[in-house]
Amino acid sequence: MHDLVAITALGGSEPRIDTVGTVTCSEVPGVALASVAARLDQEKKAAKALTKLTGSPAPGVGRFDGAPVAAFWTGPDQWIAEAPFESHEDLAEQAKAALGDTASVSEQTDAWTRFDLGGAQVLAVLELLCPLDTRKMTYGDAARTSIHHLGCFVLCRSPEAYSLYGPRSSAGSLHHAIVTAMRSAL
Amino acid sequence: MTQGNRLSGGQIDRNTTLNFRFDNRSYTAHPGDTLASALLANNVRLIGRSFKYHRPRGVLTAGSEEPNGIVELRSGNRQEPNTRATTIEMFDGLEARSQNRWPSLKFDALAINDRFSNFLSAGFYYKTFMWPAAFWEKLYEPMIRRAAGLGSLSMQEDPDEYDKGFRHCDLLIIGAGPAGLMAALTAGRAGADVILADEDFALGGRLNSESFALNDGAASDWAAQAVAELSSLPNVRLMPRTTVIGAFDHGIYGAVERIGDHLASLPAGKSRQILWRIYAKRTLLCAGATERPIAFENNDRPGIMLASALRTYANRFAATAAQRVAIFTNNDDGHRTAADLHAKGVKIAAVIDVRADAPINHDYEVLRGAQVTDTKGRLGLNFVEVALADGSTRTLECGALGVSGGWNPNVHLTCHQRGRPVWNDDLAAFVPGADLPPGLSVAGAANGSLSTYGALRSGAKGAMKALDLTGSLPDLPAAEDAPVFQTPFWYVQGCSRAWLDQQNDVTVKDVKLSHQEGFRSVEHLKRYTTLGMATDQGKTSNMGGLAIMAELAGKSIPETGTTIFRPPYTPVPIGTFAGRMKGQEFHPTRLTPSHYWAKERGAVFVEVGNWLRAQWFPLPGETHWRESVDREVRQTRASVGVCDCTTLGKIDVQGSDAAAFLNRIYCNGFAKLAVGKTRYGLMLREDGIAMDDGTAARLAEDHFVVTTTTANAVKVYQHMEFARQCLFPDMDVQLISTTEAWAQYAVAGPNSRKLLQKIVDPEFDISNEGFPFMGCGNITVCGGLRARLFRISFSGELAFEIAVPSRYGDALMRRLMAEGKEFDVVPYGTEALGVMRIEKGHAAGNELNGTTTALNLGMGRMVSKKKDSIGSTLSEREGLNEPDALKIVGIKPVSQSDKITAGGHLMDASGPVDAAHDQGYVTSAAFSPSLDSHIGLGFLKNGGARMGETMRLVSPLTDLTIEVEIVSAHFVDPEGERLRA
Repeated sequence: MHDLVAITALGGSEPRIDTVGTVTCSEVPGVALASVAARLDQEKKAAKALTKLTGSPAPGVGRFDGAPVAAFWTGPDQWIAEAPFESHEDLAEQAKAALGDTASVSEQTDAWTRFDLGGAQVLAVLELLCPLDTRKMTYGDAARTSIHHLGCFVLCRSPEAYSLYGPRSSAGSLHHAIVTAMRSAL
Repeated sequence: MTQGNRLSGGQIDRNTTLNFRFDNRSYTAHPGDTLASALLANNVRLIGRSFKYHRPRGVLTAGSEEPNGIVELRSGNRQEPNTRATTIEMFDGLEARSQNRWPSLKFDALAINDRFSNFLSAGFYYKTFMWPAAFWEKLYEPMIRRAAGLGSLSMQEDPDEYDKGFRHCDLLIIGAGPAGLMAALTAGRAGADVILADEDFALGGRLNSESFALNDGAASDWAAQAVAELSSLPNVRLMPRTTVIGAFDHGIYGAVERIGDHLASLPAGKSRQILWRIYAKRTLLCAGATERPIAFENNDRPGIMLASALRTYANRFAATAAQRVAIFTNNDDGHRTAADLHAKGVKIAAVIDVRADAPINHDYEVLRGAQVTDTKGRLGLNFVEVALADGSTRTLECGALGVSGGWNPNVHLTCHQRGRPVWNDDLAAFVPGADLPPGLSVAGAANGSLSTYGALRSGAKGAMKALDLTGSLPDLPAAEDAPVFQTPFWYVQGCSRAWLDQQNDVTVKDVKLSHQEGFRSVEHLKRYTTLGMATDQGKTSNMGGLAIMAELAGKSIPETGTTIFRPPYTPVPIGTFAGRMKGQEFHPTRLTPSHYWAKERGAVFVEVGNWLRAQWFPLPGETHWRESVDREVRQTRASVGVCDCTTLGKIDVQGSDAAAFLNRIYCNGFAKLAVGKTRYGLMLREDGIAMDDGTAARLAEDHFVVTTTTANAVKVYQHMEFARQCLFPDMDVQLISTTEAWAQYAVAGPNSRKLLQKIVDPEFDISNEGFPFMGCGNITVCGGLRARLFRISFSGELAFEIAVPSRYGDALMRRLMAEGKEFDVVPYGTEALGVMRIEKGHAAGNELNGTTTALNLGMGRMVSKKKDSIGSTLSEREGLNEPDALKIVGIKPVSQSDKITAGGHLMDASGPVDAAHDQGYVTSAAFSPSLDSHIGLGFLKNGGARMGETMRLVSPLTDLTIEVEIVSAHFVDPEGERLRA
């Protein structure tokens, strides 16, 4: 077991939590990610193999599915698998094992930072952040969007709970945008 | 007298009294007032001075079309110039000042301009300030700008927050008058997702301004009930205080919501305004109509207003501009104002109607077939002169004159995508044409339905049509439905100083002059006279101007045409466009994994793209950046240094065709690169010019990691993705960026291996034999953490790059520093990195400057002839392969104390210094601690054959001429022994 201590994307030893009104923004470092991209002419096999990893059919356009390993759609025959970091730090290896030569797998755990946004008025915050029609999103929807000029993914966990993935190096800027929008909206 | 012109009734809250100040005098008002209504109620008619002639002006309108009543609102760093008093919602403590006057509003020294009006007509500046040309910028323009103009900026940073947001709907309804409210009720009851936006703080539009009934109650009560019903519908979002400023592509509308403008102070964290981007499947424009004035001599005195505005002030705001009022009209609507004011106890001096058959009234005099020919009153209207039908004249005493020339539909948003309005003869006005923005339709007065019932019906029908609703129309309230015919009457014959555009001081005479001087197209008229170019965009003036031009040119108005309406519909503060993106948050910042550690070390940061990179790490006692940088270079070359190079782009390339793909992307060969090896690669653009360089490490048969320069990381990824998807779709290759995923550090210097051996787990052999130069592989560090190691060198030293998952980057840097203490390890920044790469002769961004080829860079032979790659064919173009082509060289000063300057040009030792004799130029320069001399890299014609030549380095811009010697670009370790050690 190595002895290096991780820091969160915002530079803390503990995840940052901000609450304004009814909405809470939580930094979520405890997630492992791996990109899965089907190899040429292996698309069907890859989608099938992904099911082995997630226990659910490979999600279609704009959707996510699966537990404890979930996958969200990122492009044609491309997904990002997500799972709890504690139990799946080696998610990329697990994904590669499941998908074999049907897909290219790349570790993406620390390419992203995740903020979970939850609360009764979460939509009022989201409409200040991204052009998605989040009012129409339901459980299982996942979409790529732009927040504060950053390419992000937004996943709808419930009508009052969303996960936002943005580039890890810009976690500070993304967090600032989210918290500013929370103060503005709530 | 306090609120001496306050009338009975109105939609103001008399239970609460608000205090405000205008030009440092205190007044009182009530909630529901605007600044304009409160000033009128307080018997203040004089509000500002005009733009050019500094003539006294008051408010003309009661809405956003206001040209005259513009003030500086608030004070200090929140001061906002050119704010329309007619739209400023009253709050307690409001503070406003008049503009464009000195020393005071009542006595303005520059009112002298008015006396010289003959010299200040349209085109005056163009004709007068012609000579000498150089005086324009330095003398004339600043002078004119001081004399003419509007409000002033505080020159301080705006402390308020602004925001942007996004909303979606099935139907966006713009304007909440009778048409908009009825449309919203129709759509909302049908369950559609509706947004109803209105610029006013009270929804209802003209319904709040009129005295007539809807069903059995007041029109304003019906509006309030409609708003209450809409508020109860979860699928309807009401957006008062929201101006839709533009119709953009694909059903997207810009809208500015004023969140805090009506508050004395913003709650913490709240945005003052939000710029919404509204994505609407369908849009119904119910923007209403704007009353148009009639031009007559001296028609701009405070107290002369649109008749409908007088009615709005009386009915909605319970205020009158004066106790004795006259009306000048060409249509029945002007009579409504007279009747309403009379009912409120205001004395009607007379109604002057240009029509011989005007309706008469028993309560006050109606002068049929009469016209206003002049007015009097220095700081406000006192008298109007009327030419009666029988040719005689009469002087009427009055403090206000309501003018009504008919109504113009507000077609502006229908024209934002170059749609042209069409002329309607019955209304003598432009109405929306057929060429509307896709998805937009128009209802109500904006579409020419000028009666209240017509507007209600049109709104309901418009909503049903937009949403494809079937069935019969909803029940409509009983409302006035008087037929509207408007006979044009634009100006009183014989007038000259009759104002059309009151904000830009354009008169009928100016339009005539424009015609006389040949500026007859409406676009020329606009630019020559500045008609319609002020902040009100000519909402009350354009029609009059082009009607007069049409008459002079002997054409019809539709033949003469209109100018183009453009967004924004009303002025928008720049801060609103910026939103959250200001100051440090102007763009996102990217932080390296070692950022927090570097900050603790006192690093000086530099922005590289969006990244903040440590530039150098000053130590106590170091007073100049060079001391720090020189030390970092010396210490790295002497022992070991560590630099965060995470910012270099990393692209994961996988797939069975990964090697073949890279063979196409790079000009040099990659197909045969062994697993566990790294190779330097050069990418060319399609035109053969060098695009980017970097390395590709082969981690497996089907897996490479490509590195790019920091600056080109995104561009190269885009380029490769384009090539993958569009050029080589048959290749089995997958790409993903991993730049952020891995914290990557360069560990360079003769002791780098020793340092790394302390953290790389012992099962991995990183000796020279076990891990030779250009080796790469997956390893573990610090007891099992997955990592990647590359033996590559940018500094020219024995060097490695080590990568761990980013979350451990901070800990790894601290560990390297701790373990490196025994070697006197030094962190180095981008400056030292730059110095060492120049010493080693490595090309970087300065050399890959978009004009250089592989040949120029001394890598001509890298462009493989054995395979096809992007750019290889065009790199063979004749012009890029001249015998004397530029080649990269090293440059040293002959005199050691001389400094090489990047950007300087190389000239022969003797001869002329001019472009024709240019031999090349310097791209990079630095002080080399290793050589104890300034050095540089540059491009020199036939440079490879000119080693040892003495030349002149010149920079005429900085008056520099020094002697330099041309040397190899590899100043340090030209044989590469160190990096292979």
